[in-house]
Amino acid sequence: MSMPFYVAPEQVMKDRADYARKGIARGRSLIAAVCADGILLCAENPSATLRKISEIYDRIAFAGVGRYNEFDQLRVAGVRHADLKGYSYSREDVDARSLANAYAQALGQVFTHEMKPLEVEILVAEVAHEGGRDQLFHILYDGTVIDEPSRAVLGGDAEAIADRFEAAHDTSASTTDVLAAAVAALAGPDRTLDAEAIEAAVLDRSNGRRTFRRLTDEEITAAIAATSTEARDEGADEVEPAPVEVPVGEVDVDQVDAVLEDDVDDDD
Amino acid sequence: MTLPMFGTHDDPGPDFAGLVRRVGLAPDHPTQALPAGLGVPHGTTVVSIRYADGVIMAGDRRATSGHLISHRTIEKVFPADRFSGIAIAGAAGPAVEMVTLFQLQLEHYEKVEGSHLSLEGKANQLSQMVRNHLPAAMQGFAVVPIFAGYDLSRGAGRLFEYDVTGGRYEEQDFAASGSGMLHAGTVVKLGYRPGLERSAVVDLALRALWTAADEDSATGGPDARRGIWPIIATITADGYQRVPDTELAERFAALLEDDDAARSTAAPAGGSIS
Repeated sequence: MSMPFYVAPEQVMKDRADYARKGIARGRSLIAAVCADGILLCAENPSATLRKISEIYDRIAFAGVGRYNEFDQLRVAGVRHADLKGYSYSREDVDARSLANAYAQALGQVFTHEMKPLEVEILVAEVAHEGGRDQLFHILYDGTVIDEPSRAVLGGDAEAIADRFEAAHDTSASTTDVLAAAVAALAGPDRTLDAEAIEAAVLDRSNGRRTFRRLTDEEITAAIAATSTEARDEGADEVEPAPVEVPVGEVDVDQVDAVLEDDVDDDD
Repeated sequence: MTLPMFGTHDDPGPDFAGLVRRVGLAPDHPTQALPAGLGVPHGTTVVSIRYADGVIMAGDRRATSGHLISHRTIEKVFPADRFSGIAIAGAAGPAVEMVTLFQLQLEHYEKVEGSHLSLEGKANQLSQMVRNHLPAAMQGFAVVPIFAGYDLSRGAGRLFEYDVTGGRYEEQDFAASGSGMLHAGTVVKLGYRPGLERSAVVDLALRALWTAADEDSATGGPDARRGIWPIIATITADGYQRVPDTELAERFAALLEDDDAARSTAAPAGGSIS
């Protein structure tokens, strides 16, 4: 009979944490920030179809970094949790705090009991009916929950990005301005990011029942262009950029998350 | 509540009704026939008509239990999602439950999959729900919906009728369901023209409900005293939009005036036969 090796629990946990952190650090980062109209979520994501940011419920969004299949599984579980809760109680009983706790338990369980921890960091955001009461829950790979007041940065390069973003972030600024600041913070001083490399969505307070709305590439391009023009104006003489046209008032049929009418099953 | 997590082989996917069953929240079907006099409210008379911009759905507001009026303001027309609607006739409780589940099913699919179902897919989903409801229908809780929507890929309105077994029938021009369907359907059939404008189709739907209410005791007419008007909604490229009560009140007043005018210009009753 072979003798099991003794490994101190501290060592086990440390090894797991290192493993998870390494996995997360390989991916690109993500910013969530409170703005005047609601909560903006913005991620560096070269894929147009595999999404890091998604809708969970009427006022709740999800964002994840790290291993795609792992955070996507958590996302679907969150949608199920929220939809089941809304179905068995009422839509207003679905809240981000309880969802964040459920995520924290699931992640903590896997971290302590499974061979391999989940290599993810996730965010649950809930927009309030009025400003100033929005909630951001940042949940780490080991189930640690951090309740952030106005902004959260997830991912491997989080600290550097957070430092850059903190200086530029104004919670009373418009979505466009906060988006531009977030893109600049994600890019850092040495590179620029195109709209195609950015995935962005907003939980917009004025959007009716389902507040989640994805921003189109055109909107992102416009936001980036607006601020780079400002920067150029300060720096003077450079070529005028091509004007970006944003379609206004057009029904975007691909926008799955488009607003339902206000009265859609509000009366349950 | 813990997170509902499933293994890869038994994952319910984007199926919300399946998820509800799996976690034990689905209601049991009744095993016995409904005792006489239990008084389950029934809703009646809904119509749906295709017109120039899409489709229109309309339903009266009355629910009856036997010969009694149990509700005067019940709703029988609902948005299913942004581009489709569902109208119901039959046992009110299970019908409203089916609507709720159907709405959630579509939204759940959309969120889990990241894209929405085609109109055809939505119609088929509802077909399955009606079929699953068959055991309850056999016990006296029949639900017969109409599903209509704007098909974004075709750029046109489409409408579907169902029977209690889940049979799904796409209708070309219009559909009616419920106890007043015969009268409402006839009015629509006589007044229908391809490519009707919005105002004309609202009038036609109103007249259909008005006639059904006149002939069928289980269908409620407009109630100006209480301010209860039918629920009428259009579904077009702009999505599901309820026609406001104020507009319906005006249209009804115009409709009654037309009737009075028609009556006064007609030959006086009891005239001589020559």
